[in-house]
Amino acid sequence: MPSTLFDKIWTPHVVTDRGDESLLYVDRVLLQENSFHAFDKIRREGRTVRNPDQAFGFSDHYVPTRNRELGVDGIRDPEIRNMVELITSDTATYGIKLFGLGHDYQGILHVVGPEFGITQPGLVIAGADSHTSTHGALGAYAFGIGSSEVAHVLATQTLWRSKPKTLRVTISGERKAGVSSKDLILFLIRTIGSGGAVGYAVEYSGDTIDELSVEARMTVCNMSIEAGARAGLIAPDQKVFDYMRGKPMAPKGPQWEQAITYWQTLKTEPGSVFDREVQIEASEIAPQVTWGTNPEMVADVTGSVPDPNAEKDPERKSRMTRALEYMGLHANQAIQSISLDRVFIGSCTNSRIEDLRIVAQVMKGQTCRIPTMIVPGSEQVKRAAESEGLHEIFQLAGAEWLAPGCSMCVGINGDMLVSGERAASTSNRNFEGRQGQGGRTHLVSPAMAAAASITGQFENISSYAEARSWNL
Amino acid sequence: MEPLIQISAIGAPLRLANVNTDQLFPARFIKKPRAVGYAQYLFHDIRRTDAGDINPNFPLNDAKFETAQILFAGANFGSGSSREGAVYALYDSGFRALFAPSFGEIFAANCLKNGVLTARLDQEKIQSIQEALDLAQEPRISVDVDQECITLPSGEVVTFSLDPFQKHCLMNGLNEIDLSLQFNDEITAFEENHRKTYPWTAL
Repeated sequence: MPSTLFDKIWTPHVVTDRGDESLLYVDRVLLQENSFHAFDKIRREGRTVRNPDQAFGFSDHYVPTRNRELGVDGIRDPEIRNMVELITSDTATYGIKLFGLGHDYQGILHVVGPEFGITQPGLVIAGADSHTSTHGALGAYAFGIGSSEVAHVLATQTLWRSKPKTLRVTISGERKAGVSSKDLILFLIRTIGSGGAVGYAVEYSGDTIDELSVEARMTVCNMSIEAGARAGLIAPDQKVFDYMRGKPMAPKGPQWEQAITYWQTLKTEPGSVFDREVQIEASEIAPQVTWGTNPEMVADVTGSVPDPNAEKDPERKSRMTRALEYMGLHANQAIQSISLDRVFIGSCTNSRIEDLRIVAQVMKGQTCRIPTMIVPGSEQVKRAAESEGLHEIFQLAGAEWLAPGCSMCVGINGDMLVSGERAASTSNRNFEGRQGQGGRTHLVSPAMAAAASITGQFENISSYAEARSWNL
Repeated sequence: MEPLIQISAIGAPLRLANVNTDQLFPARFIKKPRAVGYAQYLFHDIRRTDAGDINPNFPLNDAKFETAQILFAGANFGSGSSREGAVYALYDSGFRALFAPSFGEIFAANCLKNGVLTARLDQEKIQSIQEALDLAQEPRISVDVDQECITLPSGEVVTFSLDPFQKHCLMNGLNEIDLSLQFNDEITAFEENHRKTYPWTAL
């Protein structure tokens, strides 16, 4: 029987089976500051870390985006400082490499993993963060786990897993001007719902996906979890091999050729059967904007906020009503009539160099009308942007150019919306309170966020004459 | 881990779908050590009004459901972030069994590791149980993990089904790491072969 990309990664990682569960070998485990519970468990139970070289620590969730030259002393809140210190001491104790404050490759784990070559096609990667699905863009099976499972991987290099069902999402056709991979994934979540892919590993395919850059594909896989899927994958192609070449931990010498030969086999064979198929026509997708408090609550930028009274299901209706109340919006309000207070450009979804180039294209020669934070995903992204002069474009426009980390995507380093503030954000979750208690989040693409920064509202960027020339 | 075989306790309805782990346990509390007790953070913001007062309409604020240990929630319960603190907050508040039409996958895995049962029931069944809990004077129910059934206040019995491995772990309070380390020789042999077959992945 022809096999899928997913099967081709799963099967060679099965150590043993027990009923419906397989003991799966984990090639790499990614840790962040919130992994302290896992280290506590290892200590409490008197365990050792089996393969510290296969674990990687990242300081990203709690690091400050300002006053970075002060290092850890620049963090005033003692509880936040403690989190950065804990990952530093825990990784040191167990001999685990840390991409900490001051490291040349410090940054968000899902940005640094690929750019350091930790992420490779064909690997099984478990991460202490639900957006570990990002790494699937390089053809890895990558998924998020909680602290207990992190401790399990550290102690055994394995995890028990029941094999997920497979869902293939095929996206075909040419995108409209101004439509990026962020719009594709928001549209998919809107279509299948935020629980639509629970229980599935998603493979994204089709000519629209093939045509995306590797970084744009990461944005798609990143938000698989917002559709409920723990993992999203894309078959590695020449773009991925070119991306991998020369990365610090990429295979070297004769092993490079050997790896490429293997990676080329990692694709779904014709005639493979998926448990479920979803087809999306890219040309029908407009720039997307979320209006509610769940990533499935999405509208076209040219559309309007839906009317809860038109919803028949009472539970759904009450959630919509509550979402509008929290968001301070009313039914049938045009998306383009919403007035914004702030813009956040960053997060593991959209903070890579290509994202920042697009933001610069939109912002060049313009002035930000509302406060705008731009947080690069990593030190490497920051350096690349500065070597291209992008930071000058941002600063001339009046945006803040900050130091890398998760920042206001999750708001736990202190970068937060204040209650009632409304933001356009390139991040991944618009939950109540996600970016600060009472904060109101609209998820959008980097191009939309940049356009919104200039006018203070959402713009139909598809109609911009220059949108065709943006490298989306 | 505490074995979970049978529990008789108050059951509470939570008529919300897509409850995410940010709602279960807001991110700003993740940095707190577990020793402080996470019960105080459970549903911290959604059990309050936007003005910060206790919301009398939130079911767990109802005296009748205050001591609940069993929850009947809407679809996709526990979606979002992988934070295990969401499960610690439930556990520290006494919750041992959760029923919903579907669960966030990472959350469900985290529950199992902490001895908290998650089991799926269809939407209609959840709704009828929620109504029964509202109507009952004392909404006490029992959950039998071995028999895979719930007995409602009326005496009605509702069955659910569990993955055999999940059931085994719950009923024996197994520490999975000990269990997996019994396969240490297999893991070592696998690892040697894996590194030979895919040498560029060896670290």
